[in-house]
Amino acid sequence: MMPKLVSGVLAPVMALLAAIVITSGVVVFVGASPVDFWEVMLSWPSNRNVLTVLNQASMIFLSGTAAAIGFRMNLFNIGVEGQYRVASYVAAVFAGGAFLPGALNIVASIVLAMLAGAAWAAIPAVLKVTRGVSEVISTIMLNAIAVFLTGYLLSNYGEKAADTRRTTPLEDSTMLGGFKLFEDKDGAVWTLSLLAVVVGFLFWFIINRTRFGFDLRATGMNESAAVASGVSVKRMVVTAMMLSGAVAGLIWLPNLFAETASGNYFSSSVFQSGLGFTGIAVALLGRNNPVGIALGSLLFAFLGVQSTQLEFAGVDVSNDVVLVTQGVIVLTIVIAYEVVGRWRAAADQRAVRAALDANANKQEVAA
Amino acid sequence: MATAPQGSTADGGNSVSVQGITKRFPGVVANHDVDITIRGGTVHALIGENGAGKSTLMKILYGVQKPDEGTITVAGQQVSFSSPTDAIKVGIGMVFQHFMLADNLTVLENVVLGAEKLHGIGDKARAEIVRISDAYGFDLDPDDLVERLGVGQRQRVEILKVLFRGAKIIILDEPTAVLVPQEVDALFANLRELRASGHTILFISHKLDEVLAIADDITVMRRGTTVGEADPKTATKLELAELMVGSELPSPETEESTVTDVVLLELSDVSLLDDRGRHLLRDIDLTIHKGEVLGIAGVEGNGQAELVETIMAMRKGTGTVRLAGNDIAKANTRERRELGIGFVPEDRHRHGLLLDAPLWENRVLGHQTREPNITGPLINRRDARKDTQRIIDAYDVRTPSMDTHARALSGGNQQKLIVGREMSGDPVLLIAAHPTRGVDVGAQAAIWDHIKRARREGLAVLLISADLDELIGLSDRIEVILRGRLVGEFDPRTVTPQDLGSAMTGGQDAETKDETTSTSNGEGAAS
Repeated sequence: MMPKLVSGVLAPVMALLAAIVITSGVVVFVGASPVDFWEVMLSWPSNRNVLTVLNQASMIFLSGTAAAIGFRMNLFNIGVEGQYRVASYVAAVFAGGAFLPGALNIVASIVLAMLAGAAWAAIPAVLKVTRGVSEVISTIMLNAIAVFLTGYLLSNYGEKAADTRRTTPLEDSTMLGGFKLFEDKDGAVWTLSLLAVVVGFLFWFIINRTRFGFDLRATGMNESAAVASGVSVKRMVVTAMMLSGAVAGLIWLPNLFAETASGNYFSSSVFQSGLGFTGIAVALLGRNNPVGIALGSLLFAFLGVQSTQLEFAGVDVSNDVVLVTQGVIVLTIVIAYEVVGRWRAAADQRAVRAALDANANKQEVAA
Repeated sequence: MATAPQGSTADGGNSVSVQGITKRFPGVVANHDVDITIRGGTVHALIGENGAGKSTLMKILYGVQKPDEGTITVAGQQVSFSSPTDAIKVGIGMVFQHFMLADNLTVLENVVLGAEKLHGIGDKARAEIVRISDAYGFDLDPDDLVERLGVGQRQRVEILKVLFRGAKIIILDEPTAVLVPQEVDALFANLRELRASGHTILFISHKLDEVLAIADDITVMRRGTTVGEADPKTATKLELAELMVGSELPSPETEESTVTDVVLLELSDVSLLDDRGRHLLRDIDLTIHKGEVLGIAGVEGNGQAELVETIMAMRKGTGTVRLAGNDIAKANTRERRELGIGFVPEDRHRHGLLLDAPLWENRVLGHQTREPNITGPLINRRDARKDTQRIIDAYDVRTPSMDTHARALSGGNQQKLIVGREMSGDPVLLIAAHPTRGVDVGAQAAIWDHIKRARREGLAVLLISADLDELIGLSDRIEVILRGRLVGEFDPRTVTPQDLGSAMTGGQDAETKDETTSTSNGEGAAS
């Protein structure tokens, strides 16, 4: 039998190699030197950028986990993007309002963000179980609605700042300092990046160790068998979708509450959009399991941060070429997992046959 | 049992001989030791109940699947197909039960599609189509749109497609299933023409009247292998039915009755409607006592699956369902399982297993709210695994370990695991839908033994089966279901398969119009 570790590592390695080859091809095609390109991309980042990679990775991880909760039961929550946008806005309004003192304000904002994300995710869930609307369609549309909704609210109720509108910035007492791993000027790992660790552990524990997680996985693996086993699929759809949305609500909070981040309010320039889609890619890359998602998040954050160096290093390639790399990784990983999965299934079957031949005499005959 | 290999070239060019074909799929042996000799220029019927391995054999003959063992000889030449193209090359053509025609194209376009190299796509092809159509009385106009054609004509287009590609040996998969009697007669006339011109026809069916009417030779398949041959001039339907259903198989003899007078399951006025308001089940009244096995006989598709799913609350029917005296109409599937209903589903891959999960997780499935699988809201891995080992030992599930994925096991072993699981936690009622379908003989006997033992201990069993011997052998009482109603009750000690077959088809012994209802007797069990 193929060792589990080998088969687990093989697919990502194959995908990475393919991504390197194809990206190099693109780099050559646009007339730059792939050697220079990879030299920049694979160089060790500066201290400041190490921290940026960690902060970005934690947000991507939260997003990947949010997507993975849905994926685990074949629920395609493409709406993480909209859910964390709405949740971030709600949290920023509440936290900026400073209704509660210091730490309490932070905790309340976190809870509120989760509730807002869950509520935004509940819309497609309810549409799906009552009306049979595909969650793929409705979440994509809700992403667009989220952009307009937050934009509308900002421009009507937001505070004027220069030529833009924003939510009221957080008071100093509700901001978190973070962990300064290097010198002060390099910045810090945002405090709420720790949410990624907490969420990662809870995700693993709930999925693998609880009855609820079992029901969720069973529904994902074989819905009709789950129904026959007594799972109420409708209830699971709503619960899983809302959990997914609640986790999505956390995505941008590390940034919002970080003293060292560029802005402690919600505005169209400060809010980092797109993390919801990156999360989907990373969930695919990490096979919906927490360790895989963590590695995928680090890889994507690393590639994203490194690509900003291309310009400074004088490599004549747009840093958007890294999107090609990321895209190719996701595409090839799906294929690679499938190939490796087939090898494993065949190996399993050989193992069963071998084990049975060893001790059994007569085997089956069937219709 | 096996055919003596004959000189396969004796009857001219179009003979086919299949020797020792075995085909395994993950978890199941679909064909084993299949031997058939088809004389050239004859209509050879291949009969057997659903799941007997006919389709797999056809696919092997047509190159869709490769056999693991055995040889195929066409016109005296041993051949090996890696795709249907190879089969077409040696002159084998196949007409599938479900037509593969493009409705918005003409007959000509459909026929030449994919065979443009043969006669082009213009007048030469048209001439060839007209020639074939005239030669065998197909009466097809090459320029008609397929969407305007009736079912019988479409079937002729399919046959024409095959002939156009030069087939001399034609496989027809249940060709009459979609036809009304007049169309069947017309088809048979076409087939006789084809035979007269030297074509060989392999005719797959389970309609015995038709087989006797058209075939020159008959081969019977059961449980994946060829079990006998019959001469249509002398064979009777009864003999064929017996060969198909297998009355000489080890029969599950029940010992003395253990039926008590405690009513365990009681259904009254249970009805179920489909989306369009038609009755899938109508006014079902039934009772099962402790220690009793109630068998449900019926041609498949008459409401058995719906009855089971209604009792399991997987579908919402109307009427009352009482378990051990308590009304459980409001209980959902999980609550009903917790009350002690075990469920061996008809389709174990669809309803019974998580194929890509290890065996111990499959042990938890359906019992994920009960000990030993859980402690509070958490899965108790240790105890669940321990109990999985108990099932593996007690039910002789052959597997290298409980961490093996369910997919890797054979059908029989998967089924033993399911039966073991559903017998766990002291069920009071077991719903067993086709519990031994697609499992090997050894596993079948074991599963029967487990059901019998549980019955002695007071388990009530609702048994649904297409195997009349299994029904008669295991049941204390048999109810017949027809078009969603229970239409008759029989005592298995005195009933004959003929009585049952007659009740299952609505008391008619001859042709029926309804194609879901087979023609007669033993055949009913077979469909």
